[in-house]
Order: sequence, then C-alpha cells, then structure tokens
Amino acid sequence: MTQFIIICIYLALLLILGMFASSLFKGTKEDYQLASHSIGPFLLLMSIFGTTMTAFALVGSSGEAFKEGIGVYGMLASSSGIIHSLCFFVIGVKLWGLGRKYGYTTQIQYFRDRLNNDSIGLLLFPILVGMIIPYLLIGVISGGIVMQTMTGGPGDTGAFPGLFPTDSPATNGGLPPWLGSLLICVVVLVYVFFGGMRGTAWANAFQTIVFMILGVVTFCVIATKLAANANPDAPAPGFMESLRICSEAVGESHATRSEMSKTKFFTYLLIPLSVGMFPHLFQHWLTAKSAKSFKLPVVAHPVFIMIVWVPCVLIGIWATTSLVPARPPLPSNPNAVLPFLVKTQTTPILGGLLTAGILAAIMSSLDSQFLCIGTMFGTDLVTHYFGKDRFTDRQQVLITRAFIVAIVAVTYLLSLANPRSVFSMGVWCFSGFASLFPLVFASVYWRRLTAPGAYACVLSVLATWIYLFKEAKFGGNRSYVLELEIGGTTYELMPVVAIFSVGLIAMVVVSLITKPPEEKVLAKFFPPANADSNG
Amino acid sequence: MKEKPSPAYLIWGLVVLLIILHQDNWLWDNSTLVFGFMPIGLVYHAGISIGASITWFLATRIAWPDELDEQSAPVDQKGAN
Repeated sequence: MTQFIIICIYLALLLILGMFASSLFKGTKEDYQLASHSIGPFLLLMSIFGTTMTAFALVGSSGEAFKEGIGVYGMLASSSGIIHSLCFFVIGVKLWGLGRKYGYTTQIQYFRDRLNNDSIGLLLFPILVGMIIPYLLIGVISGGIVMQTMTGGPGDTGAFPGLFPTDSPATNGGLPPWLGSLLICVVVLVYVFFGGMRGTAWANAFQTIVFMILGVVTFCVIATKLAANANPDAPAPGFMESLRICSEAVGESHATRSEMSKTKFFTYLLIPLSVGMFPHLFQHWLTAKSAKSFKLPVVAHPVFIMIVWVPCVLIGIWATTSLVPARPPLPSNPNAVLPFLVKTQTTPILGGLLTAGILAAIMSSLDSQFLCIGTMFGTDLVTHYFGKDRFTDRQQVLITRAFIVAIVAVTYLLSLANPRSVFSMGVWCFSGFASLFPLVFASVYWRRLTAPGAYACVLSVLATWIYLFKEAKFGGNRSYVLELEIGGTTYELMPVVAIFSVGLIAMVVVSLITKPPEEKVLAKFFPPANADSNG
Repeated sequence: MKEKPSPAYLIWGLVVLLIILHQDNWLWDNSTLVFGFMPIGLVYHAGISIGASITWFLATRIAWPDELDEQSAPVDQKGAN
C-alpha cells in the first residue's frame, strides 16, 4: 500500500503542475502548441532529455546489461551522447531558425514548404504517426505492468489483495494493468490537455529531475544491500567497498564485450540519428526562446545520459551475480530486473519512489508524443485542408485538444489488446526514423534536394523497412541482423544500415536526375550570407 | 596569404575522432576493474560521454551560429500552411 500511496501523491503533483501551467495559457494556438517560443535553456534541456529518455533508460538499460553486459552502454548510451547532440546542433538549431522565421509548428509544414510540394505531407503523415504509435503503446503497457508489479506482493502484502487477486505471488493484489495504464493515460491527458506545450515542458522537467535523482539513490541503496548479502553476518560494508564487492562478483562475459559483435556495435551508431526525424522533438525544438537556448541541451545531454545509464548498467550486471538471493527467483523478463531488485532489496518507500521515477520516464515521453500527434492531426490535416482562415485561434486549440483526447483514447484501447509484439518493434521504429535522417539533413544543407528525390527517399526507406521487418518475422526474431561476408569472415550489421543506405542513394540519385528546385524556394531556404535578415 | 581554416573544422574533426574512439576494439575483452569497481570498458565509454560534452561545449564557444537569432525574426506567419 505504501508504494500505491507514493504513486498517487506523485501523480497528484503532476496534475497540480499541469493545472498551474494552464493558468499561464494565453489562449492562442502558438501558446498551446509551442509555449509561445518561451522555453529557456534549462527547461529545454530537461524537456528534450526527458522526451528522448523513455522507460527504456531505466528499466531497459539495466535489463539489457543483465542480458548482454556492459557493452550496451557503448551501443546505446555513449553513441547517443555523440549523435543526439550532433542532431541538436546541426538540425535542431537550423530548424528552430526556419520554424521561427516562417511560422512552422510541425515537421510536415516544413517539408511541404521546403520541397514546395503539398502531397509530401500525405506521404509522410501516416509514416511518422505509424512509427510513433508503437512507442505510445510501449509506454502505456509498460506503465500498467510496472504499477502492477510494484503494488503487488505475496499473501496480503499487495495494495489490494482482496480486490485484485492473481495467481502469481509477485503481482497478487497489485493494481491490474488495465487500471494502471488508464491512470497514466488520464494523468498525462489532463496536464497535456490543459497545459499544452508549457505544461508538457514543465512536467517533463519535473519528471526528469525525479527519475535522475531516484535512479542514483536506488543505485546507492541496491549496491549496499547486495554487498551486505556477500557476508550477512559481518557489519555492512561502506559504500565504496560495496561497489567493489558487487563488481568483483561479476563474470567476465558481463564485465567485457566478449560475446558482442564488433560490427553490430559499430552499426548501432546509426540508430541515434532517429532524433533528427522525431516529429515530437521537432516541436520541442521550436519552443526554444532563442538559438542560444540550445547551447545547454547540446552540451549537457551526453553527461545526463551518463548519469542515468552508468548506475543502471552496473545494477544490471550485478543482477547476474550470486549476490542476488536465490529466493524469490529472478524474473525471466530482463526488463523486470530493476523493479524486482528494488522490490526485494529496498524498502517499500524507496520502491514507491522508484516506481514514481519509472513512471516519470514513461510519462515524460508519452506527453510530448500525444501533444505532437494531436498537433499534427489538427495542423497538417484539418487546418491545412479546410483552410487556416476558417478557424479562429481558439478553435484551432480546440481541434488540437480534441485530437489529443481521441489519440489518448485510441492508444489506451489498443493497449488493452496487450499486443506484446509492439515491444519488439521499438528498435525497428528507431531504424525507420534514423533512415529518414538523410532527408531532413539534405533539406537543411543540400540545395539540390528535389521533391521527387524526397519521395524516392521515403518510399525506398518504407519498402526496405517492410521487406527486412518481414524477414525478421515482424520483429519476432529479436536478434535479426544482416550478415556481410568478406574474405570468408561474416560481419553482423544492424538492418538500419541497409535501410539508411537505400534511402540515401535513392534520394541523391533521383534529386540529381530531376529538375532542380525553383530559385524562389532556394532563395527562401538558402539566403546569401549577407542578405537582409527579413528579406 | 592563405585563409585561416574555419574553427568549425576543429569541431568536425573532434566529432570524427569521438566516433573512431567509440569503436574501442582494444578493450573488447579487457575485464580490468578501474577504481576497484568499474569495468574498464564502461569507464572508457563514460569518458566518451564526457568527451562528447566537452566537444559540444567547444562547439558552442567557437562554431555557434550567433547570427541565427537575428536572422530568425518571424517574416510570414501565414506561409506555414
């Protein structure tokens, strides 16, 4: 029950924050969707970081380290530190400038204008939305599972043993996933609905602080507790000694990368390029008060990733040691390792706080995605095709809100079907967004990019993605890689290499053989260096 | 007289260096514990994260598009749709 009470207090705090943000709402579409371009460096850092770090950053990082060892840090975290900030610097700042200058709210508005082609929006819209929906589902389903695991327990130790009994002692009396997911959806909906982008940015900042602090606290407590298990009769060792005891117990396969493919590790570097094409990040970038606001996120993002990931990776490899008590047995699902350790090795209060931290990581991504899809439906379809002048600013806010409610409802209903297969789609969605990176990069830096070149890129990425996804048994084969044989040696490559390369080649070739863009378009997006800033 | 290379080249050079250093094949099978508790492969990549932050800090100092704020004054709010 303690965990449940702490979770309720945390969710109530979020609602209060969202309602407070709504009290500052100016009533305009620009304020609702972009917080009137008022977000300064700190809020921008926290909201972008919170959005890019999903639940995977806490539970997935320790789960993957439990499975694969320390290599997951290089594969997923240090690579993201280099590439994410690179995207913020070379793409984010430039798009912020163009968005501010020409009044864009969504990525599709930008591409329509840049390529001087209306139909590109109709092609991109279903692809972008289709690749975000699995994420939303992963967040909503994970939230429900975490709530149940952390509020359940054997006998009458769960929060509601009489009300929600289950066969498994681990989840007995816990909040059922349908109810936990519903609670999360309602809380996110309320603060996004009322607070818009300002509420989302504030909530993200708050939640990012929560999951960063709680991650470090959990790390310290688990380290001390596990080390004490090494010799239960001796006095508890100090913190540094605890760290040493835990790490010395780790087997070589998890303390090294001896079982990891070097080429797979290298080609994973392409995956973080996905942040350059995330529509929800595009919208976050446009909230910045000035180009200077990007400096702090660009610099601090890699270190923030390190602060969250290093403790989680260490906990993951410690979980493979004999320091973890044999009873109760470790869960078979690696992603349940961190919640399991928190539950069995710490106090109910810390368990409740860490649950709040995991929910914070989940919700800080969900909110931006809900707001973004609502904004895209309202702006790129309704307002675009019915005419902007037909709607007042307040009506456009209402349309966005209506779509947000609809999307939250649809996502929740889809999550009830419990499509576990969406979990295997995570890396595929990232691969899809990453493979579209050449398109956004070329749109910013390459004058010769043409609309047919953009179509060729998107369609070839789509076709290659579908083909490889089918080959991987629609995500069922989670270890699917491409195999390249050179000189009798087989090299493993991530599928993103093929999808990315095909898209890039198609874009360049088709752009070069088609009619160059009109001069007026080039003048708009590539003004001479000394041109009048307003011209 | 030769034109001085743009400071941005230094940043691109550092980014390429980080990407090369990221592929640390030489530490692949090394299980040494640094400070007695951190596997060396993990310490190394934590160092890459810090190196990335330092590189991007330099980028904000010597290669930042300071003119962008002036150039980005709104010109056409109706053009977006």
